[in-house]
Amino acid sequence: MLRRLHSLPGLIAGLIVAFMAMTGVVLSLQPMLDHATTPQAGSMDVAELAQTVANQLPGVTRITHAASGAITAYYDAGQGALAAKIDPASGTVLGEMVPSPFFAFFTELHRSLFLDMNGRLASGLSALAIVVLAASGMILLANRLGGWRKLFTTAKGTLSQRLHVELARLAVLGLLVSGMTGVVMSLNSFGLLGDTGGTLSAFPTTVDGGAPASVGTLSALQALPLSDLREITFPYAGDATDVFTLITSAGQGYVDQATGAWLSFTPNGIGQSIYETIYMLHTGQGLWWFGALLGLASLCVPVLAVTGTVIWWLRRRNQPRIAGNVAARHADTIILVGSEGNSTWGFAANLHLALAATGHKSHVAPMNALAHDYPAAKQILVLTATYGDGTAPASAKSFMSRLTRFVPTQGLRFAVLGFGDRSFEQFCRFAEDTALAMRERGLTELVPFTSVDRQSSQSFAQWGNALGERLGHDLVLEHVPTQPATNELVLLERTDFGTEVQAPTTVLRFALPSERPSLLQRLLGRRSSLNFEPGDLVGIIPPGNPVPRYYSLASSSKDDVLEICVRKMAGGVCSEFLHGLEPGQSITAFIKRNPDFRPQSGKAPVILIGAGTGIGPLAGFVGGNDRHQPYYLYFGGRDPASDFLYAPLLRAALADHRLAGLATAFSRVVGGRYVQDSLREDADAIRKLVASGAQIMVCGGRQMAEGVRDSIDFCLAPVGETVTSLRAKGRYLEDVY
Amino acid sequence: MKKLTAILLLATAFSAPGLAYAKDATLAIQMTNYQGPPAYLAVYLTKPDGTYDSTLWVAGGRSEYYRHLRGWVRGISGTNQRIDTITGASVGSGRTLKVGIAVADALIDAGYTIHVDSAVEHGAENRDDVVLPLTQANSGTVVAGNGYISSMAVTF
Repeated sequence: MLRRLHSLPGLIAGLIVAFMAMTGVVLSLQPMLDHATTPQAGSMDVAELAQTVANQLPGVTRITHAASGAITAYYDAGQGALAAKIDPASGTVLGEMVPSPFFAFFTELHRSLFLDMNGRLASGLSALAIVVLAASGMILLANRLGGWRKLFTTAKGTLSQRLHVELARLAVLGLLVSGMTGVVMSLNSFGLLGDTGGTLSAFPTTVDGGAPASVGTLSALQALPLSDLREITFPYAGDATDVFTLITSAGQGYVDQATGAWLSFTPNGIGQSIYETIYMLHTGQGLWWFGALLGLASLCVPVLAVTGTVIWWLRRRNQPRIAGNVAARHADTIILVGSEGNSTWGFAANLHLALAATGHKSHVAPMNALAHDYPAAKQILVLTATYGDGTAPASAKSFMSRLTRFVPTQGLRFAVLGFGDRSFEQFCRFAEDTALAMRERGLTELVPFTSVDRQSSQSFAQWGNALGERLGHDLVLEHVPTQPATNELVLLERTDFGTEVQAPTTVLRFALPSERPSLLQRLLGRRSSLNFEPGDLVGIIPPGNPVPRYYSLASSSKDDVLEICVRKMAGGVCSEFLHGLEPGQSITAFIKRNPDFRPQSGKAPVILIGAGTGIGPLAGFVGGNDRHQPYYLYFGGRDPASDFLYAPLLRAALADHRLAGLATAFSRVVGGRYVQDSLREDADAIRKLVASGAQIMVCGGRQMAEGVRDSIDFCLAPVGETVTSLRAKGRYLEDVY
Repeated sequence: MKKLTAILLLATAFSAPGLAYAKDATLAIQMTNYQGPPAYLAVYLTKPDGTYDSTLWVAGGRSEYYRHLRGWVRGISGTNQRIDTITGASVGSGRTLKVGIAVADALIDAGYTIHVDSAVEHGAENRDDVVLPLTQANSGTVVAGNGYISSMAVTF
């Protein structure tokens, strides 16, 4: 619901809102320019200024004092009215005042699109849209990150998602101010706010009518500092019954041109004072730096509109299309889906197809659609992701409350499959909670709770095997989430390590495809049709098996070679295939970007921790560290004589300062130890590095990553930091397999 | 000190009987090509002694800008006349304003004068942009303005 409240106005109003924001950005320059070009005011009073101006411009009819401090005198020089720019310090005429046609054009464009009242309505509605989008967006973001206190933790996801979140967080306050004040100004322009422009005081009836005194001698004007003046209008020459009309910051009134006394004065109402403040906040007139800040915030809007549309489109494209969905009342198997970004639906659709192929009648529905009972159902299969801090994803929000009213039929069994990312603290928490709640509801478990890390096709297939076993037939699940276009890559060379220590590992270097990059890619400066960096993943499809296996890349596409580091696993379909490759043979592969696993830029240090093949991407980072950012590498292996991967590269990098420090730990030598141990020995150094802003990047097996987390927590305990606190700041990254 | 809206009270109650003797007249104003947003105009009558009598038409709806139409606002601010039925939109550069107005028969050829004040945001304020005696002979006569008004004609 909230998501629709965000995406619907975003899509409909995106264009006009972006347009309004850009014209607003242009207009935000005006107060800044005015501020820069307006001379500083002195200590003149209004009488002195008016006299000085009147001496130079005998036909002066009116003097205005803008919020920027600029003073303009309007005068009649015989051939129509002219305006002159006045020095606020001395009152001297600086030259003719020509209002900028540029800003006049943009002002009119911004407030009415040159469409009069219809345009003003569109402008007001787009201001309202900004408020709705900013508010709903912040609530969505707080939900996604697991609470308001975590609103400023690191954003994850695709480039569009991260851009959208980062910019929105930067700009949201400015956009809320712009939007809300814009709505108020729009309401005012439709006359819906009552009188905000100052009431008109009645023309005085008790004018002295005597001979006009010189303006510089009028006592009321002498007592009025220039800073309080907004506008003074001179009486018509020769009309003794006319008066000076004054507008000050406090109100408006009339001054007798003979006696110099106030004839009447009407103070501003509270409504007008509030409206003037709102006007100043929106336009930045009189508050140029604030206007500039709002302008900067508005600059983010077009990017937000584009990235928002991309996010919406990708989510929509992944929307489920379930063919042959059986009605819930007739289905023997109910598949319930808990999904936030829709990726889980792809797995559900695959499960649905596989079940249909084995004669099942299955019904697929979101978890929120849990019925009161399923008369024909034998089993309920729940596939669910977890949102933010362990809460239900969008399509499962009301599942728990519905479950309390659910009546299970006799013998109804269930299975829960959780989807998530192990680098999140609350990995598959909601899925586990769901399994627990269903058990408590009196359902029996068909297969034990299983989790799937980062959409792993292998885990899904294994779960399918286990499920098939319990159902009494084969169940082959081969879901390939959005398989991208693949390339054929030819092996150039391989270097083998670790055979002596029972850890056969090979570094494989593949040639990039020779096909010419597209025009767009060449315009973007790419030399190959493949584009990747160390830390990205290559998905390799082994012969005879459609499910890709992912390996971390140790090279960049700029190196003109694709390099991976593969440990041979007994029975591993892909690793055995890769270990059997000879130069000249080829693989089928595609690139999967992994933009969240990158060393921070800047000058702060980076601590790289890797064991075994986990060194691959880390070595890639070191190799590309031409700016000599302080990188410290902790490497764990078995025996330096056998599996010290990348030793020549690391030695060269130490020599030319691409690597600031290297610590190794080998387990199969005398006094052997693990990389976790060398971290604990270096606790002091780690603390100092983290205190100076270091980021920690870990790559390797699950057990090693766990040990490293413990070690880092141990190192940092004295300074009150933890892996969790660093991770929240984007300073603890893991690539774990 | 009262609000303008309060001041311009219930004039229709007084003018309604007068309408029986009023002539339907046409007011046509051609604006010059000036730089700036649409202009505010006030078309009003003065008595033979030069004091304000009544308003014929106001172009521009925001009362906070009326103070810039100085001759007119000075006259009307002492009266209780209402203008909401004789107010229309402001008139842009180069545009033509053409509206029907009611002029009481008794005022024609009786020493009354039509005045038009004009004003533009960040521009000039023109008291008596146009002045035209209300005589039968002047019906349909095109007169030139001094400020934002290029020409005006009142036909009755």
